[in-house]
Amino acid sequence: MLTTVLFIVLALVAVAAGIAVFRTDSMARATYALAASFVAVGAMLLQFNLDYIGVVTILMMVMEMAIMAIFMIMFMGMNPALMPMSMVHNKRGSLLIAGGVFLVLAAGALLVPWPARRGAPAPDLTVSLGEAIMGNKMLVMLTVSPLLFATLVSALVLANPRGRYRPYPKLPAPKQSESGPEHHGHTGGGH
Amino acid sequence: MSAGVEQVSPVWAVVAAIAVLAAAFAGAAVDGALQARPGARRAGMLAPVAEGARLLRQRRRTLVAADTLLWRVGVAGLPVVAVLMAAVLPFGRWVISDLPVGLVWFNAMDVMLWALVWMAGWGPNAAYPLVGGYRFLALALAYELPLMFALTAPAVAAGSLRMADIVAGQDGLWYVVWMPVAFLVFCASVLAFSLHRPFDAPLARDLAGGVLAEASGVDRLLLLAGRHALLAVGSGFAVALFLGGGSGPLLPAWVWFLAKTLLLQSVLLVVRRHLPSVRPQALMAAAWAVALPATLLQVAGVAVVVVARG
Repeated sequence: MLTTVLFIVLALVAVAAGIAVFRTDSMARATYALAASFVAVGAMLLQFNLDYIGVVTILMMVMEMAIMAIFMIMFMGMNPALMPMSMVHNKRGSLLIAGGVFLVLAAGALLVPWPARRGAPAPDLTVSLGEAIMGNKMLVMLTVSPLLFATLVSALVLANPRGRYRPYPKLPAPKQSESGPEHHGHTGGGH
Repeated sequence: MSAGVEQVSPVWAVVAAIAVLAAAFAGAAVDGALQARPGARRAGMLAPVAEGARLLRQRRRTLVAADTLLWRVGVAGLPVVAVLMAAVLPFGRWVISDLPVGLVWFNAMDVMLWALVWMAGWGPNAAYPLVGGYRFLALALAYELPLMFALTAPAVAAGSLRMADIVAGQDGLWYVVWMPVAFLVFCASVLAFSLHRPFDAPLARDLAGGVLAEASGVDRLLLLAGRHALLAVGSGFAVALFLGGGSGPLLPAWVWFLAKTLLLQSVLLVVRRHLPSVRPQALMAAAWAVALPATLLQVAGVAVVVVARG
């Protein structure tokens, strides 16, 4: 009973916050209304005992929205993001698309013959989720993921070796006049 | 459920919330005592009482075109996040919620601070707090990845994301002994997400207080109390993840847990007084080019030990 009430409340919060994204006139409020909507969805996933996916949804979405707020407000031209502005455009097209997607998903949810549960949930759902996603590819994933991660970080470091404000770790000052352009490479500036 | 830590009735959450506030108050009192010197105004153990009373009587500032909703959410959110973190923290032998992914929950809650501190900066519609909010996000981008990998080390060693299992995994040997790098990175991150020096650029003096600049009255009280609450809960997690939780001879587990937490909290409060403030743009290189590889090596070392132990 309590679970059902909680589920309904969370569902309503998710939808209401989703509507608020388009009804508000502030970019900051729209961003965090979207974050609130996702947090409600994450909490619903927690209700399904999908602990890991639920908590990670909350983590990722809040982080993503915080970053999105930076970029949206930073790159909005002459900064209308700091002023009240409409959050909708292309109303007719987006109404059609949204309505169509809703109908397809709702029809799918209602018309698909859902299978009955076979077996019982695993004792540790996080482990079985990892097994299901990775399975026999675990070794490959374990090798590739640190490599990908190291590539990301080192690409960033290489792309901007001196940083925006000062070199770190301290690089020798570039020799300006006496040495020719062929000596510039070692300061890390690159050509 | 693991041996040693048991889940208690949800009613205890009220007590946990009060305990978090009490620990925050203890931190503020220690801080006041550290500031005490002859002739100083508002210092000593009772300074937070005086300051709290002053702020409760002070009128709340209102600003033109302030985004009051986001401002209030951001300001009130700091202590709320601290209490939500404490929900999965084993207090000696008791825990409010023995979530199987308690460690990820802690991580999700500290990411909440990205949004909340920014909102507290955005809300007043004033330049200094806004710059402060952005500074926090710049710091957060730098410290979050090392923090995540520092959290990974105890989880790999315990083979579980459940806080109770991580505490139980330190039977005999505390994780701090064989993962000191992760412990140091974690402690630094606790100072960072609780907005304490050397990571206090969002509240720095050159911004007239930054996020705090326009906060007065109960708003300011909540922000300051939230900082101390976050430091207290962060110290509690450092104890549970690296310092053996409530393990110790003779005394009951909760006494040991509380003693270790308050000690670590005081040490962090002392340490941060001797560190200069880091400029946000200078932290990225230190965090990603030094702390991140060091933490990754730590996790790799832990993984090898775990595999070798079988």
